[in-house]
Amino acid sequence: MTYARRLAWPAVLALGIVLPLALHNDYLLTVMSTAFIFALATIGMNLLTGYTGQFNLAHGGFFAVGAYTVGVLTVDHLWPFWLAFGAAGLVAIVLGLAIGPLSLRLRGNYFAIFTLCVGYIMFLVIEKWDSVTHGVVGIIGIPSPPAIGPVSFDSPRALYYLTLAFLALGMWLMQRIVNSLVGYTFIAVRNSEPLAQALGINLMVTKVSAFLISVCYASFAGGLYAGAVRFLGPDLAAIDHTFDMTMYMVVGGVGTLAGPLIGALAVPWVTENLQFLQNYRFVVFGPLLIALLIFVPNGLVGLWQAIWARRAARAERSAQASRTVSGEPHA
Amino acid sequence: MELFLQQVLNGLTLGGIYGLIALGLTLVYGIMSVPNFAHGAFYMVGAFAAFLLTTRLGFGYWSAMVVAALCTALLAVLSERLVFYPLRNAPELSPMIAAIGLMLFLEAGAQAIWGADFHHMSGPWSGVLNIGGIVAPIQRLLIIGGAFGLMLALELFLHHTAPGSTILAVAQNREGAALMGIDPHRVEMLTYAISGALAAVAAALYAPINLVYPAMGQLVILKAFVIIILGGMGSVRGAIIGGLIIGLAESFGAFYVSSDYEDLIAFALLIVILSLRPQGLFATKLRTS
Amino acid sequence: MLDIDNLGISFGGLAAVNAVTTQIEAGRVNAIIGPNGAGKTTFFNLISGVLRPGTGRILLRGEEVTGLRADQMARRGVARTFQTTTLFERATVLDNLIVGHRLHTRTNLWDVLLRTRRCRADERACREKAREVLDFVGLAHVEARPAAGITQEERKRVAIALALATEPALLLLDEPAGGLNPEETDALGALIRKLAKHDITICLVEHKMQMIMNLADKILVLDHGEKIAEGTPAEIRANQAVIDAYLGSDHAELH
Repeated sequence: MTYARRLAWPAVLALGIVLPLALHNDYLLTVMSTAFIFALATIGMNLLTGYTGQFNLAHGGFFAVGAYTVGVLTVDHLWPFWLAFGAAGLVAIVLGLAIGPLSLRLRGNYFAIFTLCVGYIMFLVIEKWDSVTHGVVGIIGIPSPPAIGPVSFDSPRALYYLTLAFLALGMWLMQRIVNSLVGYTFIAVRNSEPLAQALGINLMVTKVSAFLISVCYASFAGGLYAGAVRFLGPDLAAIDHTFDMTMYMVVGGVGTLAGPLIGALAVPWVTENLQFLQNYRFVVFGPLLIALLIFVPNGLVGLWQAIWARRAARAERSAQASRTVSGEPHA
Repeated sequence: MELFLQQVLNGLTLGGIYGLIALGLTLVYGIMSVPNFAHGAFYMVGAFAAFLLTTRLGFGYWSAMVVAALCTALLAVLSERLVFYPLRNAPELSPMIAAIGLMLFLEAGAQAIWGADFHHMSGPWSGVLNIGGIVAPIQRLLIIGGAFGLMLALELFLHHTAPGSTILAVAQNREGAALMGIDPHRVEMLTYAISGALAAVAAALYAPINLVYPAMGQLVILKAFVIIILGGMGSVRGAIIGGLIIGLAESFGAFYVSSDYEDLIAFALLIVILSLRPQGLFATKLRTS
Repeated sequence: MLDIDNLGISFGGLAAVNAVTTQIEAGRVNAIIGPNGAGKTTFFNLISGVLRPGTGRILLRGEEVTGLRADQMARRGVARTFQTTTLFERATVLDNLIVGHRLHTRTNLWDVLLRTRRCRADERACREKAREVLDFVGLAHVEARPAAGITQEERKRVAIALALATEPALLLLDEPAGGLNPEETDALGALIRKLAKHDITICLVEHKMQMIMNLADKILVLDHGEKIAEGTPAEIRANQAVIDAYLGSDHAELH
């Protein structure tokens, strides 16, 4: 790996750390914190959709489940925040084990439809189960994460660093996973399920693993959301958020490491600057997404990679031309 | 006894509407193997078209329905040309994502233009008939008659007319149909047009006893998906029968079990059935992907 | 190696494979031929675990394996290639081969997250295996090229390399010479002979008669899902039933 590539990620992180010192704007910091939270969830979604090829339309539902787990436990049962946060992960795994094996037996299209329904069920349950979720009223007054030692988290800047830390951790773990044998197995399943099976890969175990990791990311991100935004409503489980995250993935590049991150930071930034779009953002995003899918299907990262690949191919061709070729003809 | 029959009436009403919507969805799936998540938005557009034609432009109910059907058919064909056709060779994921994008675009657009409020649209004949103790609102009878009549007409169209048989041919074997001189793309556009029209008619029939609002298609489309999964993706009979099953189940479930969670009935059924038979109740042709 | 007894499967009332009994002989090059639609690929899918048999039994080295899934068969040493191989285009050829050895590794998610010794050892093993099989099929020089940038013929060899990485005892090749010119076909034949010399039992489905006649030790002929002949190339060439079956359909002549 060249020095440039080795330094890329640390440089980005350094930029993230330094940013609040340059920006003295609390509002923007809050926007970025929220973006980081959704970026974390999107990275998780990308593992299942981009790397394993399964489109989970209930991903936003798991995000809401994580948020509500934290909300309900801290507000109604006075659990300490971090304990509730841990519980969010546990709930995701339990729910994931209930839904995953059932839904992953279904072929691609069916799986998407099934998860669309599951997501809607999650929304309905959150909206109607008044006794637990407070129904339409929502949950208010969620405590912000308690101080860890001298560091307290009730300022926008502190929250920014907290969410940045989680995002960095999430990215780092994802990078580990994706570049490992486990990650390669996910990719094999996405490329061709029959071929993966012929290589001895157990499809169900692989898909369920990806599913569980993915929804854990969503749930933990949701838990962070609860602590950062501090009030929740059933709308959190609506399809909108799943779609936003899908948008981030497609813009950045599905199935790449940096793609979801880039998308999750770039798109909200654009939305922020076009304030009038807020509630009607899909009027622009819908067609934009379709155009991307048709013309730039591999997203920004894919575009970048394609440019580099073309350069590399050109370089190799000119290197070959000046080399004496012995024997084998090349395509 | 009357209560039971009352629920049957309600169930038939719902079944008719769901069946019409599911039919449009299954036709498109049979041709393109794409679950058109935007179908619910077509339904919504059909409803708004009918609503605007009757309330703002002074159309009569039936002429509004026809015009709305035409408009929605046009919208569907545009979607096919601009969204689904360009993505026909893309990986399976892309058209699904695009369909969702289309759905949200249409919903956001409707909301931007007409707001998120609920609108009321009146039917041609208000009033109620009393048939042997059962209260039968005329609109419900209209729905049942209209929906099942249209479904019958569609069956006849598919099996006994030339254009209809091209749809069946392409759905069964695309390359084979092309070799016989059928242009698959034209058939696709025709199919989308029909699916849009069916959605609009269903919307116009249902609107007088329901409300018109931008998000009205969301729940309905999910149930339509449940229906076609149960009935078999691409199966016309399956859509009709599935619609009836879900309609009756919801009607009875809401009355005898709980009306708060009635929407969950369809999904509960889906989960139960898919757990037992991952390929759906009536698996139709095997698609090699 | 593989004992197949009365194997059969029907789709919608039509028997695609009907009561076929045969043996895939260890250490030899076995071939399955037959006119189009004879059920060869279906038969392949049955013995590799892609399809579940309706009737009959399959024994692998004496062990009952009827109805096992493809991944279970792979773990018992039965590897297969497909007519088209989907690779991860954006990754290098070597990277594509790494997952081939996965079934012999035990690394799980925790190993990956904690970067345990097992994880690192397994990755090394897979990478070495990938290099080894790539070299075996004669493509060591393309290891760093993106999978999108290799020729059709090279792709076929990569597919074989991938199957080799599973360390199979039996290798099923589904029309490996499809779309190759005569030179490439000969080179492929040489590769297959090399595989057989390394103690790997081969079973291939092919349409190219000349290649089969020169290569195979034992040939099984299917027609309409049934076995109509089996034996050495010389025996098959002279078999009237086989000649009839081929003359009855438009197909390459028997040489």
